[in-house]
Amino acid sequence: MSMRNFTIVAALAALSQPVFGQEQASERTVAALPEALADTGEMAPPPVPQSSATEIEDIAPEQLVFGIGRPATEEEIAAIDIDAMPDGRGLPEGSGTYAEGEELYTDFCSACHGEELEGISELGAPGLIGGRGSLASDSPVRTVESYWPYSSTLFDYVYRAMPMDTPGSLTADQVYAISAYILGRAGITSDAPDTVLDAQSMAAIQMPNADGFVSDPRDGNANQ
Amino acid sequence: MSQSERFPPSRYGQAERHMAESLVELERRILSEEETEECDCKEGMFNGLTRRGLLAGGLALSGAAISGGRARAEAPPGAIEYPVQPDSTKEQGRIILDDGGYGSRSQFENEVRWRYPTASLDSSWSMTPLAAGHGIITPSGLHFERHHGGIPAIDPRTHALILHGMVDQPIRFTMDDLKRLPAVSRMHFIECSGNGLTEWVQPTLKTVQGTHGLTSTSEWTGVRLSTVLEMAGIQDGAAWILAEGADAAVMTRSVPIDKAMDDAILAYAQNGEALRPEQGYPLRLLLPGYEGNTHIKWLRRLEVSDKPFMTREETSKYTDLMPDGSARQFSLEMDAKSVITFPSGAMKLPRAGYYEITGLAWSGRGAISSVEVSADGGETWHEAELEGPILPMCHTRFRLPWTWTGEEAVLQSRAVDDTGYIQPTLQELVEVRGTKSVYHLNAIQSWHIAASGEVTNVHA
Repeated sequence: MSMRNFTIVAALAALSQPVFGQEQASERTVAALPEALADTGEMAPPPVPQSSATEIEDIAPEQLVFGIGRPATEEEIAAIDIDAMPDGRGLPEGSGTYAEGEELYTDFCSACHGEELEGISELGAPGLIGGRGSLASDSPVRTVESYWPYSSTLFDYVYRAMPMDTPGSLTADQVYAISAYILGRAGITSDAPDTVLDAQSMAAIQMPNADGFVSDPRDGNANQ
Repeated sequence: MSQSERFPPSRYGQAERHMAESLVELERRILSEEETEECDCKEGMFNGLTRRGLLAGGLALSGAAISGGRARAEAPPGAIEYPVQPDSTKEQGRIILDDGGYGSRSQFENEVRWRYPTASLDSSWSMTPLAAGHGIITPSGLHFERHHGGIPAIDPRTHALILHGMVDQPIRFTMDDLKRLPAVSRMHFIECSGNGLTEWVQPTLKTVQGTHGLTSTSEWTGVRLSTVLEMAGIQDGAAWILAEGADAAVMTRSVPIDKAMDDAILAYAQNGEALRPEQGYPLRLLLPGYEGNTHIKWLRRLEVSDKPFMTREETSKYTDLMPDGSARQFSLEMDAKSVITFPSGAMKLPRAGYYEITGLAWSGRGAISSVEVSADGGETWHEAELEGPILPMCHTRFRLPWTWTGEEAVLQSRAVDDTGYIQPTLQELVEVRGTKSVYHLNAIQSWHIAASGEVTNVHA
C-alpha cells in the first residue's frame, strides 16, 4: 500500500515539474507520507514541532515568555539585512564610477531596459530616465528620474532583485556603479566618467520628485 | 474604439498599456473559440465560461505537464479523469484512496484561475473565477495570485523568520517555533489594489473574473504578529516594520507598527491546511484590509524601524498619481466594494422570469453593513439580504430575488460598510482622482442585460 502511494506521489511530483527552465531540474525533495502505526495501521499524527531554543537558560524569560525561538545572531541578521533607507542607513561599504556603471549596464541591464535606458515595454521593463516635469501633464512619464523620490530605493532594488535572470548577483561596488550611470544619464548626478558613488554620496542625492508624495488622505469618507 | 483611447497614456504607462492590450486580445481569442451550449440550468447561463476559463488558464500558462496517459491529460487541472459508468448503481465504484489520500475535484468541474498576460512570466497575476464561486470562501487552489519574481519552492525545515531592528532581543524563529506559539484562525479577504485596473476609462474585460478576480477570501491560521513583537520587545520610537519575502524579488513593504500590533497575522495555514506555495508557503504576512501586495509571502525577515523604508513597491509602484502631479503614498486600506457575480458579464439569461441576483461585498475598514441592488442603472435601490457570517475585512455574500421582465436592465450593487462609507460611482472616483491613478478602483460595477438575455460589462 505505502509503495503504491509513493508511486502516485512520485508521479504527481513528476507531473508538476516546471515546464520552463529545465536546466535546474536535478535535486527535488518529496514529502514522505506519514508512517502507519504498527498496531492499527492508522496514519501517525504529525510530529510535534521542535523549538529551536535548545538552551533555554540563555533566554531572558521576560523577553521570550514562551521559551520559543532563539536569539538571532549578528551574523544571521547581517546575512539577509540588505535594505537601504533614504537617510543612508543600510547602504553597504563600497563604491563605483559612472564609467564602470556604463559597462555594467550594457552587460546586465540594457537587454531589458534598452541601450538608451528607454525601457522595452514588450519585456515589461520600464524606462529609467526622462519624463521630468511630466507628472502633472496629461501624459505623465514615471521613471527613476521623474518619479522615484529617493536614490536609496534605486540602490536597494537593484541590489536585491536585479538583474531579472540572476537576481541578487551584483556586488555592492557594481550596484554603486550602475546607480552612478543611471543617475548620471538622468542628469541628477554628474555624467563625468570618474563620478563616484558610495554610501555617503548616495544618501546625499536629492531626487527631482523628492517632495512629490503625499500621505493617503482617504479615511473612509466618501469621494476620496 | 482604438487601444490608445481605451488605455490613454495619461493613466497607462507603456508597460501597463502593453499588458492591458495583451489581455484584451487574449480574451477576444478565447471567446471567439467558444462553443455555446445553452440550457435553462444556472450553469448553462454561464455560456461556456468554464471551458473558456480552462483554455485561458491552463493553456496560457504552459503546455501543461501531460505525460501520463491520454485519459488523465484530458482531466481539468486538479481533477482525475475516470471512466463514467453507464449506471453507477449497477457496479461498484472505484476503491478508496485511489487518489493517493489527497482528494481531487470532479472531472466535470474545470474552473481555473486566469493568468493576466504580463510580458514577463515571472511577474504576473492570476484571477479568481468569482462567477463560479459559492458562499464566501475561495478554494485555496483558486485564490488569486500576484508574484513579482515567480513562485519559490522553499523547504520549511530550513526556512526561518528573523525579527530584528528596534527590538530588545532579535529572535530567529523556525517554522516549528511559530507553530508552537498561540495561534488564531480568522477569515479575511485579500484584494490586489490593481483589481479592476483595466476598467477606469472604458468597460474593457467581459467577465467578473477579469474585472474583479483579484480578490479572494480564506480562513488564515497563524501567530499574531503582536505576539512575536512583544516577545522581542519593541523599543521606544519604533513606528514601522519592514516585511521581506524570500522570493526572487525579495519583496519588501513597510507596515505601520500600529497595524502590526493590531490584527496582523504570521500565517502558515489557509483553509485548514498549509499555505499553498503560490500563497507564500511556508509563511506569509496577513494584514487584514490592506492592499494585497503588503501581505508579504515567503516571509523571511521583519525589521522594526522608526521610519518607513521607502522600498521600490511603496515609492515607484503602488502609489497613486493625482491630477496635480502629486502621488498618494501608503494608500493601504481597501475601501468598501461589491460586485454582482450572478448574473454577470458573458452570461446569457435564457428567458424572462425569476432569478436570484447574488454577489460579494467587502471592506478593508470593517464589516459590510448593507448592500443595495439596482436593476435600473441606479435610479432605484433595493436592500439585498446579507448572508452570515458577516465578518470584518471578509467577503460577505448578498442575495436578492429578482424577476426579469425580459426588457433591458442595468444591474448594479452598492456596498456600505460599518464606518458609513458608501461605495462610489466611477464618476465620483474620477472626479477626485483624475485620469492618472491606476490602483484602488472600487466603483460600482454595472452589468447590462439585453432583451436577448446577454449580459455585458458597461459603464452606466
